[in-house]
Amino acid sequence: MSAAAESLRERWATLTRCVCDGARLMVGQGNYDTYVAHIRKTHPDQQPMTATEFFRERQNARFGVGGRGGFRCC
Amino acid sequence: MTAVRKHGPWALVGALGAAALAVVATQRGETVNALWIVVAAVSVYLIAYRYYSLFIADRIMRLDPTRETPALRHNDGLDYVPTDKYVLFGHHFAAIAGAGPLVGPVLAAQMGYLPGLLWILAGVVLAGAVQDFMVLFVSMRRDGRSLGELIRSELGTIPGIVALFGAFLIMVIILAVLALIVVKALAESPWGTFTVMATIPIALLMGVYSRWIRPGRIGEVSILGFVLLMAAILYGQIVADDPTLAAMFTFTGTQLCWMLIGYGFVASILPVWLLLAPRDYLSTFLKIGTIVGLALGILVLAPHLQMPAVTKFVDGTGPVWSGSLFPFLFITIACGAVSGFHSLISSGTTPKLIDNEVNARFIGYGGMLMESFVAVMALVAASVIDPGVYFTMNAPAAVVGTTPESASAAVTAMGFPISAETIRQTASDVGEHTVISRAGGAPTLAVGMAHIISNVVGGKAMMAFWYHFAILFEALFILTAVDAGTRAGRFMLQDLIGVAVPAFKDTASWGPSIVATALCVAFWGFFLYQGVTDPLGGVNTLWPLFGISNQMLAAIALTLCTVVIFKMKRERYALVTIVPTLWLIACTLTAGLQKVFSADPRVGFLAHAERYATALAEGKVLAPARSADQMRQIVFNDRVDAVLALLFVAVVVAIVVFGIQACLKAYRADRWTALEADPRAVPAAAE
Repeated sequence: MSAAAESLRERWATLTRCVCDGARLMVGQGNYDTYVAHIRKTHPDQQPMTATEFFRERQNARFGVGGRGGFRCC
Repeated sequence: MTAVRKHGPWALVGALGAAALAVVATQRGETVNALWIVVAAVSVYLIAYRYYSLFIADRIMRLDPTRETPALRHNDGLDYVPTDKYVLFGHHFAAIAGAGPLVGPVLAAQMGYLPGLLWILAGVVLAGAVQDFMVLFVSMRRDGRSLGELIRSELGTIPGIVALFGAFLIMVIILAVLALIVVKALAESPWGTFTVMATIPIALLMGVYSRWIRPGRIGEVSILGFVLLMAAILYGQIVADDPTLAAMFTFTGTQLCWMLIGYGFVASILPVWLLLAPRDYLSTFLKIGTIVGLALGILVLAPHLQMPAVTKFVDGTGPVWSGSLFPFLFITIACGAVSGFHSLISSGTTPKLIDNEVNARFIGYGGMLMESFVAVMALVAASVIDPGVYFTMNAPAAVVGTTPESASAAVTAMGFPISAETIRQTASDVGEHTVISRAGGAPTLAVGMAHIISNVVGGKAMMAFWYHFAILFEALFILTAVDAGTRAGRFMLQDLIGVAVPAFKDTASWGPSIVATALCVAFWGFFLYQGVTDPLGGVNTLWPLFGISNQMLAAIALTLCTVVIFKMKRERYALVTIVPTLWLIACTLTAGLQKVFSADPRVGFLAHAERYATALAEGKVLAPARSADQMRQIVFNDRVDAVLALLFVAVVVAIVVFGIQACLKAYRADRWTALEADPRAVPAAAE
């Protein structure tokens, strides 16, 4: 019984994480934890950006500050 | 036996869809329930996805789950990140679905719901979703490069420049036509104008909050913004009821036009975090929420369609837009059936985020089917309202006049009886002074949505709230598009001018940025002003130009896909892209040439210019012009529009010629000549 509840809770957590990630990616914000994990793994010598820096970097990338991007559909 | 088990359920879905379509198409004299349309559409989508997209994935693309995607190869945690397919589906859908699929079907409803429905379904399955999926595939196999780069590398430098030039023209027309929709919705509407203006301080507040107070808390700041928006809608009613306040927020179309032009200029040079990004959160989440709400509303209410299946206006004499069913229906509904703009999205951020090649089918083909469903819902929303109200709202003032009495007489004469009392009642139900001649799609859709949603939540008392909610939601994402589009156009222009004057390319320095922004705003502002002052409502002129340009880009993208298929030596399946390409070429060329050369002044720009030029030479002033200067302006506008339409035609012809050359060359080659990034298997460690 508790195992079933446990698995249900886990699935619920996965679902909410998926919905939150989806909502954030809709406005161009990728997952920060994924980014940090990636930098730690592939560039252990580098200091990853802080969450705020990451947020601003993604914002600028989405709206094409200083270059390309910013396309929006009709 | 296994074949029955495998295909049997799908055969049932097919039979259900066929039955639903039969009901929709053959019911005469009685109204049809909108659920039949939903069932027909969903069945068609399911069958097309299960069989046709699989065919394309297996035979043409040969998607390979073990092959490295750009996200795996270039993973940087930022632009290239392997992403869950459902999360990415949301991202892609939010990027492709905008105002287009909501407006086109509403305008097309003047011919009845059936022609529009059939085109949306056939168009998406055979053209729109194929284009999105193919471009996504082509870009994904080439490190996620953009459409312009893909055309340059697969077709050549000159076709690449031609395509980029075409894309810039489309940007200009899209911005003008979107801004026109906002102007048409807000003119003489203090409630609507107040709520839309209120979004500016709300967005600024959100911008400051997410910059300094709680950076990155998108959920929090969006909820804050949403609550303030709802408060603005509620307070808007108080504004509309108070004579002094109402006067402060009542503007004519021309005034709003100038305000929008000024807004576009200022907003696109402000830092993105201040206004654009927070508004983007609101518009994106509101868009998704409203689409879900509309779908639930239609399912719960199961409304009957009041619009006839086919109206007499299929002959091309309709008041909303002129021109016969072929080709004009097929360019009026672009987004939802096939939209060239999607090729820019499918070769933008999405291909850089795919975690596995096979997921391109769900995201590319499936995402477009989803957008098509939005278009079907818009068609339903426009068809559930009284056709008399529909034509009152969408016919130009030159046809229906400006009073309920004149509109009632004119629309009744069209064959859609409506009383002046009903027109007044509709306006008062939605909290407006008038609903006459509010072309542009948004107000009609808002009345339809208010009708559906208020029947589920809130009843008649809430109708005015839901109407202004719908107007606000459309205005919100249109203004976001105007802001983002002006920025994108400015960078394009800086690149273009930079070819001659290298210093102009510096996007960080103020001089060139301001000049390029001003130029970009001037371009779309010109067409907006022309549309706002057009006696036939503007939509009549601009929407066909928009449709032609959008389908033109689709034809370009599909030509690229055809060339790639030939280069992969899989030309035995090339009909998959050749057929929609030919269809789009036929539509855009016929429509483009008719818009320029048709002898009917309602359709042809040159004939219209000629009529005014002749009258001018005789010293006469034709309505709605009030002076010789205005006459001259109309003649000039017509000629500019004619040149633009000819440019579109020239771009299509040029790309097709280049495409045929490239296909022939690839056909004669004895081996694979496509330029894919070299295939590498997914490294074991990444599993």
